[in-house]
Amino acid sequence: MTWLALGWIGLLLLPWYAGAPLPRSAVLEAWDGRIWLWPLLLPMLLASSVRPRHQVIAGVLGIAWLVLESTLIGHKGWTIDVPAALGQPEQAPLGWGALAFALACGASLAQGLARLGYGGGQVFVTGSLLTIGGSILVFVFWPILTVLASAVRDDAGTFAPLLFLTKLTDPSIWGLGCLTGGHCGVAWNTVALAILVGAVTTLLGLAFALLAIRTAMPLKPLVRGLSLLPIITPPFVIGLALILLFGRAGMVTNFLASHAGIPRSRWIYGLWGISIAQVLAFTPVAFMILVGVLRGVSPSLEEASRTLRASSWRTFNTVTWPLMRPGLANAFLIGFVESLADFANPLVIGGNFNVLSTEIFFAVVGAAHDQGRAAVLALILLTFTLAAFAAQRSWLGRARYTTLTGKGDAGMHATLPRALTVLCVVGVVPWLLLTVAVYGTILVGGFVEQIGRDNTPTLRYFLTAFGVDHGVGGWFLSGSAWPSFLTTAKLSLIAMPITAALGVLTAYLLDRIRFRGRNIFEFATMMSFAIPGTVIGIGYILTFNVGPIQLTGTGAIIVAAFVFRNMPVGIRAGLASLSQIDRSLDEASLMLRAGPASTLGRVILPLLRPAIVAAMTYSFVRAMTAVSAVIFLVTGGYNLATVYIVGRADVGEYGIAIVYSAVLIVFMMLVLVTIDAVVGEARLGRRDVRTTEMPLVPS
Amino acid sequence: MSAVVFDRVSKRYGAMTAVDNVSFEIAAGTLVTLLGPSGCGKTTTLRLIAGLEHANSGRILIGGIDVTALSPAERDVSMVFQSYALFPHLSVLDNVCYGLRSTHVPKRQAVEQAMARLDLVGLTGLEHRLPSELSGGQQQRVALARAMVLEPKVLLFDEPLSNLDARLRRRVRDDIRGLQQSLGLTVVYVTHDQSEALAISDRIIVMNNARIAQDSTPRALYETPADRFVVDFMGEASILPVQVTAVDGDIAQVRFGEATLSLPRRGLDIGEAELAIRPHTVHLSADSDGLRGTIRRAVYGGDHMEYDVTISGFEETVFVVDTNVAAPLASGRTVGVTFSPLGLSLLPAATPP
Repeated sequence: MTWLALGWIGLLLLPWYAGAPLPRSAVLEAWDGRIWLWPLLLPMLLASSVRPRHQVIAGVLGIAWLVLESTLIGHKGWTIDVPAALGQPEQAPLGWGALAFALACGASLAQGLARLGYGGGQVFVTGSLLTIGGSILVFVFWPILTVLASAVRDDAGTFAPLLFLTKLTDPSIWGLGCLTGGHCGVAWNTVALAILVGAVTTLLGLAFALLAIRTAMPLKPLVRGLSLLPIITPPFVIGLALILLFGRAGMVTNFLASHAGIPRSRWIYGLWGISIAQVLAFTPVAFMILVGVLRGVSPSLEEASRTLRASSWRTFNTVTWPLMRPGLANAFLIGFVESLADFANPLVIGGNFNVLSTEIFFAVVGAAHDQGRAAVLALILLTFTLAAFAAQRSWLGRARYTTLTGKGDAGMHATLPRALTVLCVVGVVPWLLLTVAVYGTILVGGFVEQIGRDNTPTLRYFLTAFGVDHGVGGWFLSGSAWPSFLTTAKLSLIAMPITAALGVLTAYLLDRIRFRGRNIFEFATMMSFAIPGTVIGIGYILTFNVGPIQLTGTGAIIVAAFVFRNMPVGIRAGLASLSQIDRSLDEASLMLRAGPASTLGRVILPLLRPAIVAAMTYSFVRAMTAVSAVIFLVTGGYNLATVYIVGRADVGEYGIAIVYSAVLIVFMMLVLVTIDAVVGEARLGRRDVRTTEMPLVPS
Repeated sequence: MSAVVFDRVSKRYGAMTAVDNVSFEIAAGTLVTLLGPSGCGKTTTLRLIAGLEHANSGRILIGGIDVTALSPAERDVSMVFQSYALFPHLSVLDNVCYGLRSTHVPKRQAVEQAMARLDLVGLTGLEHRLPSELSGGQQQRVALARAMVLEPKVLLFDEPLSNLDARLRRRVRDDIRGLQQSLGLTVVYVTHDQSEALAISDRIIVMNNARIAQDSTPRALYETPADRFVVDFMGEASILPVQVTAVDGDIAQVRFGEATLSLPRRGLDIGEAELAIRPHTVHLSADSDGLRGTIRRAVYGGDHMEYDVTISGFEETVFVVDTNVAAPLASGRTVGVTFSPLGLSLLPAATPP
């Protein structure tokens, strides 16, 4: 009933519109001539009924009418063609009153559905489903649909299928000129790059995984370090370092020019630079996938092969390799998709080699300012990505050999054939050297005058970016990087608990609750993972710039982007932990008279604490390093660290860009290590208490 | 009044029927076992009583109240899980208090009641331990205390002994039976172990293929099994084809090879039938009393001998357990075969498949 009160407050007291000249409630606005607001009273009256069916109808009616009237009537009048007799009404975007009203309608719907027996009759379940489903509809599907819709319209907003076809088949997208010496279309560029990167990262990841797991080389510490690198590295950093190393004035270029007489060139800007940067960036991901795959191959199968007189080559060739093939396909597709979605490296090091993600960006912010073209490009990128994910699902669905069972499987993995070991080392060493060079450049480069040319140590860049001065009003942060750094940290901190809560709640619903429409729900929640950041970014500016929900220029839109981009990470962490928690614990709690909400709070959440901490950490770190989605959303008031760095690099201020990148990397490393220590400490601490306070006396 | 009533209950998962039109009643204060091989529907039946599954058709009554559509929390039942399902992050005391706190019993009162139950199961002094710091048998007793503290109308046990070693199993079994009888609890108990079921139950419901195969006292189940499945499931038995030659009231005259036996008729008419023979019921002797048999195989078993014997006129061998280890009979020799009537039961002839 408190929800009903909230609905009435939303209609009678709170300002219905945001940014309207006078903050007035819906009823006053309706009285004043906005007669389309009157029907909103009806669902609230109906929701007072105690019959569940009425509550459902009230909720659906209220939300449906709210969506209809707010999308059909915009700030410049009707958004569709209507007979002139209907007049020219206009209205501002929705405000707090509308939010309260929508929540009340949702609550009524949740209550009604639960009382009709949906979701096991639990309001908690129906309410959670509606909350998560509704927010995904608004913040994932609506933006995507807006992109699709604006792709098939012209600038005036009318449906223009022919123009769409023209844009879709544009030679700048699909041209094959490079086969005859000219330039190829951006779609082919993107796919070629993605295939190259996918293949190379898979091979390198495999080589590394084989060395780490199947040889006696002391690589264990490297394994943990490698798994951390892609998480804490802002995506453009590697491109940036490559320019400093191999650019026209780069360190290696200088060295070769002065000592070996090799002329300077711009070879690094383009396909080569992007591929090297992406291979460096994404190989750790492939490595981690393949380590999992290799560990999953049951050693007893290999031992069986050896006892059947097979040589180590034959064993690798006929047992290990075939068992790994689905995992390799998976690693390739992940590399492929990561390359498709990567925005920052092509932006920094791409030169004239255009890919879809940067083309989308330039179509929006460039001189042409062609949102229609951006939407068409986004559509193509989205299609490629979803096709890759579909391929992954169908391949893995058909050919997954999980040979490890729950039973203890003793045995030793076969060692690698000698020739293969050598081959792996030959492949891995250059990669390792390059990685060390890249991170060394970033960490050191900001603290010398001009790396490679003038190696005098200096704190100049660091102080410019992160200076703290003493002025009239006491100490203040004078460095140019502080505002963007603090904004990023603040918004990431706000997004962190929301992401973790939505993710873990979703995981709980998916894993533990039986409800109709579960598959659709799972697809919808995982969807935002598959969508490239650039597509989400353009979707957000197209959707939340005008129309019923206006968020452009606020921190909220950036937080929303963080939350819905990173939510799948929380879901995965939650699902992985939940699968470790025996279902009978839930059942025992239910049998002991506790409802699902109480079970979640008293049993599941305490047991999920490590997963929640992990979800929060990753969401924070990923938010801090995000570029692609948010580069469209930053404004003067809300500049972000990554966007600031890309901007510095763009105008050639490499010193500040590098110093800032180094600070980000170190900062996030510290965050991860601290959290790891605190969580580890907590676990240890409890065990210590147990052993000291309660000695294990046999009873 | 019956504590639990199952009235034509069915439960389907897609095309698979787990419980098929099952009806039974459980009297208050008794311990009833659901017994059967894995996949027979016994655990589903228990979960239907618990409310962890919901029936597709039929009615379930607990204490006279129709609970068919109610959630577990709304039914007056508790359950001891096979894995115990103790909350690993809560102490023994918090585990036992959990249900009381869910029903908003004040903290002090909850602790008092919980301590009383812990005392009852002999765990006083361990209440601040975590479950992981207890032995398997102690964990079992925590689960029992946690289920009993709510004083439910019906207490459910899902294979509670399967995680214990053999020696502990017998002790915990006797503890459960002792508590049930002294407190007058109504218990529904699921197991696949027939000797456990025979030892603990007032009544046993044997299930097979989602249906009830037989519902009777332990003794009747062993001595007068309803069909071939129950015979097999309740222990070793040899089955031989026989002829019912005459019937008189409850007694049937049965031609068994060269001999004629008088056995309880069990509703059979003149014609083909089968005879189930328990291994302890057969006596072998070196002289030629009774039927003539030949020893085909003799195995030394420590405190008993095991023989496979063919009786003249039959191809099938009969499995015999003999406690006479002092004078074992050699393989290949002929013996006299006699029977004590308690371990023989007539069955309807197997319908050819």
